Amino acid sequence: MTPLTVVAGQAVSLPEADVDTDIIYPARFLLITEKKGLGAYAFADRRADPSFPIGTDNDRPILIAGPNFGCGSSREQAPWAIGDLGIRVIVAESFGEIFYGNCFRNGMLPIRLDATDVAMLRGIAEAGGTISVDLEARTVTAGDVAIPFAIAEDRREALLKGWNDTLRILALHGDDISRFEAAQQRATPWLWTART
Amino acid sequence: MARTLYEKLWDAHVVAEADGKALLYIDRHLLHEVSTPQSFEALREDGLSVRRRAAQLAVADHSVPTHDRDQPIADRQAAAQVALLERNCAEFGIEYLTLTGGDQGIVHVIGPEQGFTLPGMTLVCGDSHTSTHGAFGALAFGIGASECGTVMATQTLWQAPARTMRVTFDGKLAPGVTAKDMALAFIRETGASGGTGFAVEYAGEAVRALSMEGRMTLCNMTIEAGARSGIVAPDKTTFAYLEGRPRAPRGAQWEAAIAYWRTLASDPDAAFDHEVVIAADGIAPHATFGTSPDQSLPMGAVIPADDRLAKPLRYMDLRAGDALLGLPIDHAFIGSCTNGRIEDLRAAAAVIGGGHVAEGVRALVVPGSMRVKAAAEAEGLDHLFTAAGFEWREPGCSLCVAMNDDRLPPGARCASTSNRNFEGRQGVGARTHLMSPAMVAAAAIAGRIVDVRQVAA
Repeated sequence: MTPLTVVAGQAVSLPEADVDTDIIYPARFLLITEKKGLGAYAFADRRADPSFPIGTDNDRPILIAGPNFGCGSSREQAPWAIGDLGIRVIVAESFGEIFYGNCFRNGMLPIRLDATDVAMLRGIAEAGGTISVDLEARTVTAGDVAIPFAIAEDRREALLKGWNDTLRILALHGDDISRFEAAQQRATPWLWTART
Repeated sequence: MARTLYEKLWDAHVVAEADGKALLYIDRHLLHEVSTPQSFEALREDGLSVRRRAAQLAVADHSVPTHDRDQPIADRQAAAQVALLERNCAEFGIEYLTLTGGDQGIVHVIGPEQGFTLPGMTLVCGDSHTSTHGAFGALAFGIGASECGTVMATQTLWQAPARTMRVTFDGKLAPGVTAKDMALAFIRETGASGGTGFAVEYAGEAVRALSMEGRMTLCNMTIEAGARSGIVAPDKTTFAYLEGRPRAPRGAQWEAAIAYWRTLASDPDAAFDHEVVIAADGIAPHATFGTSPDQSLPMGAVIPADDRLAKPLRYMDLRAGDALLGLPIDHAFIGSCTNGRIEDLRAAAAVIGGGHVAEGVRALVVPGSMRVKAAAEAEGLDHLFTAAGFEWREPGCSLCVAMNDDRLPPGARCASTSNRNFEGRQGVGARTHLMSPAMVAAAAIAGRIVDVRQVAA
């Protein structure tokens, strides 16, 4: 996974609430079994509207989204498609929970801020100003205002270092897993029958 | 210390802990064709194998056609996607339920009917409606494709504990009111993101009175309130459903399992972070009017005036002050992981009453699995439906996801038993009204949205 430390640049604003992952990545494109190059299908059914702010030629690395962004389907194609458009940071009041977790698995940083801070950043985004996100310092900076944000420590560390979650679990906890399995086989043996 | 059911399930699966999180052991993983191609690719890239093959079960549902099951899939992309799942399962040693083997179906229908889903388990799937399996007193939640790979390789996931919410439905449901209406009423009250960060436990007299099918409908829709998990404590209804299922424990193991499952209830004095109480006897049949599952109305009410509804109402071609009663429809869909089980088909068939699908309405009945289809045919439900002008289809996600051959044209208005009324969910520009199976069947026959309580009487 590509590490993320500082992301700075202009931001694109999508204020709408409840933008679900069907809007981000319409279902018919789920027939594609690749994970690269999906930006071409991002927001496909919204882009016919010329006023829709996110084009396939997007060059802004930050998205200021509306509340409950990424709700609905668990499809990881949603962050893959947004990431393919060069977006690495998404700021919103709240996120769909599965989408939120999927972002971290792909070197992307979702940031939850309160409505006032999101509105301030949206104003800067819409005026074409630049925003800087520093994961080490846990701040979003615009002009001379630095807004702190909260993030789980394990997620911050994994993003900063670009860790692969699967390999890390195997390296650090292989013995713990084996011990758990042995104990579970004794306690609830019906979970360990021949077919399962 | 008194614990909630969620906390008991959590505690029983902790492998390691750090920074307030737990590495949770995952007992079961269901796979389908859409969310796993990239997971298997990740295993190959990292040179990993599947840690516990028998804890995985795969089936194709999203992209499969619901017609001509004896023919090869005509759509090249869909055919390739299904073939890829079958190949991946063969390569990694995972059981795959074939399209014609009699056990295929929607992933959240086949897990329970196979007895693959059991109380006390942790269960995941690359699909948000995995919350369905919580109906059995399992901790079940949807995950992304990357996490599917992690589960196959490690049988674990790092998770932060959720906050706990208890939703108590007091009293009894009125005739004509179903688990779907309970779900829509709860989501309407809580909002589409009100459950984010919570694990929901459903309780109360009306929940205890639900069949397993009804509990699955309720838990299935939990994600539409933003919560990844919905749980119902297992009881005799649960055990009766599971006994004798192909993969359920038998003999002495069954007795031992039941003894453990009986301990899976929230302690009487356990504290929840949030409590919601809903009077079940006050719930009317619901239907959605907007493009988010929290935008619904009880029958008889009108669409409220609210500036925030401008965009969804424009998409739905509706206005504030409009009633849903009497609104003409041109499509009807009965099926999906929400309402594609035998009891749902029975409820839909029961309101046909010698009627016929209205002129200009296309109505599909799509059983949730081959086993549901066979059970319905054994009861003669297929003949009831086809005689009334409904199409009787093969199992799959069908019009709930519109990435297979079943898609609605722009502007179509559909009464649907599925779970999402999102923009474009049933086809680009199509308009979805979510409701119960009986409400959809009644709408198909009337050609417009009607109150099933007046039809059934």
